[in-house]
Amino acid sequence: MEHFETTLGQANIASIIIFFVFVAVTLGITYWAAKRTKTTKEFYAADRSISGFQNGLALSGDYMSAASFLGIAGMVALKGYDGLIYSIGFLVGWPLVMFLIAEPLRNLGKFTFADVVAFRLRQKPVRVASSVGSLMTIVFYLIAQMVGAGALIQILFGLPYETAVIIVGCVMIAYVLFGGMLATTWVQIIKAVLLLTGATVLVILTLAHFDFSPTALFHQAVDRYGDAVLSPGGFVTNPWDAISLGIALILGTAGLPHILMRFFTVPDAKQARKSVFVATGFIGYFYILTFIIGFGAMVFVGQDIIIGVDKGGNMAALLLSEAIGGRFFLGFIAAVAFATILAVVAGLTLSGASTLSHDLYVSVFKDGKTDEAGEVRVAKIATLCIGLLAILLGFAFKGQNVAFTVGLAFAIAASANFPSLLLSIVWKRYTTAGAVASIVTGAGLAVLLIVLSPTVWVDILKNEAAIFPLKNPALFSMAAAFLVGVVVSLMKPEPAAQAKFEDEKLRTYLGIGAE
Amino acid sequence: MSLNHRDVQEILASEEFKSLVRSRVSVSLTLTVIMLAVYFGFILTIAFHRELLAVKIGEVITVGLPIGIGIIVFAWLLTGVYTRWANQSYDKRVRKLRNEILNR
Repeated sequence: MEHFETTLGQANIASIIIFFVFVAVTLGITYWAAKRTKTTKEFYAADRSISGFQNGLALSGDYMSAASFLGIAGMVALKGYDGLIYSIGFLVGWPLVMFLIAEPLRNLGKFTFADVVAFRLRQKPVRVASSVGSLMTIVFYLIAQMVGAGALIQILFGLPYETAVIIVGCVMIAYVLFGGMLATTWVQIIKAVLLLTGATVLVILTLAHFDFSPTALFHQAVDRYGDAVLSPGGFVTNPWDAISLGIALILGTAGLPHILMRFFTVPDAKQARKSVFVATGFIGYFYILTFIIGFGAMVFVGQDIIIGVDKGGNMAALLLSEAIGGRFFLGFIAAVAFATILAVVAGLTLSGASTLSHDLYVSVFKDGKTDEAGEVRVAKIATLCIGLLAILLGFAFKGQNVAFTVGLAFAIAASANFPSLLLSIVWKRYTTAGAVASIVTGAGLAVLLIVLSPTVWVDILKNEAAIFPLKNPALFSMAAAFLVGVVVSLMKPEPAAQAKFEDEKLRTYLGIGAE
Repeated sequence: MSLNHRDVQEILASEEFKSLVRSRVSVSLTLTVIMLAVYFGFILTIAFHRELLAVKIGEVITVGLPIGIGIIVFAWLLTGVYTRWANQSYDKRVRKLRNEILNR
């Protein structure tokens, strides 16, 4: 424990073999899925053949990114209790997804959440606006994932950054392009099972040193780093900052296009609801595991070594797996982290591609008139475009500090996507103009305010003081989006949309006419 | 299924459908408010009285630890409460109404 030398950064045979097995198996599944991916319903929604339990696992696979596995474990290892506060924010959005969004979304929509927003409003303006919100969320999320992938793989496998980005990009494109939603779903499921298994084994190995008493582990951490590790520290200082971040995480979860899209893969509202129950359980369990993993790293590896390898502590979980399970186990966890990135990026790409093809190309440029084969072809071209874009983003932002882009993606999701989705489901007087104004306000304000915030204005642009005081803009941008949506809708009523709202109720509540 | 406009109006106006919508809205809103109150209560406690969570309940364990883990478990249980309600009560009423409508 005292003198621990890591082999991170050297090629690890175990991780390379495990990773190749993962890629081979998932490409095999993609081949199987390709034969079942001909129609639009198959490409975008896996023919609605995914069960609630499977979709719950896939949702947790989509949500448990390498950033949350490595990032939160690292935060716990360096800051203790504060890491737990952070992870709780990520979980609490899920119950709200269930109570407010999941079932109406499933009943009203077809392939994308914009289907629901545009359901009774005028198609073109609403589709264009929601596509902007969707694509912005996806692009900022992709930047964080691709840059993280390149950097992580560089450390794990000793591969050059660019090679790593290209490998991730190409494998992910193969999943989505050939296997559509069916392959993407199974990649998520396999990845979720691997990640949950890996984290569970890591926790068992850690606790085995303490006769399976977490208290004994915490005791040792306190002995070494003081009482502070088990108390709230500097994470929440300004209450407004904390509320704004909380809103971004909670409502942002309910507005992530790649998460929302998964609800169209199950046969009905009942399965949609079950999938959130399953997902919340697995994600919650996973965050409890990461908390213990963080403390394990704090005790077995030590904060000095963790900071020495990576200032942000992102390697804590990997260092712990090597310290406690040896090189082979490190290889396993590293391969799982790689698989995790691949799966998340595949989900994002599919969601971006469906926005381009289903929301923009078909609904806006073709007035909703295309044949099946034509739309699938366009969706595949769109997949290729988003995949290449992801690779280019990885190159463009190499070495940049992109940690803020995840917060920004959540802020846009909470401010542009969530208000328009919720208002279109619950509010009869919502209008086309209201929806467009709300989305533009939410997305625009989220970006503008984050540039002026301490996160970008001071930390990245190196100015003296921030113009906007909060680190995350969601409190203001979300509130403004709701306000603008309501005011603009009230200014000029849209009788056609109001009339359709009543009819829509049979579909929202009873599922009659749902696709 | 052929539903004419008058049928739809009749269903929408029926007490049965209205009470179904009311109960769904009230259950959803109640659970949402509970979840938000618990989370923001926790966050604001940390912002204003963080020493409360640092109170020790064991030799080293602070009260913040079971509370933090408890919120994660609570969030999951809340989704369980909703699922149970929806599966046992809501779905039954939906099925009944659907059958009535589709057998018209």
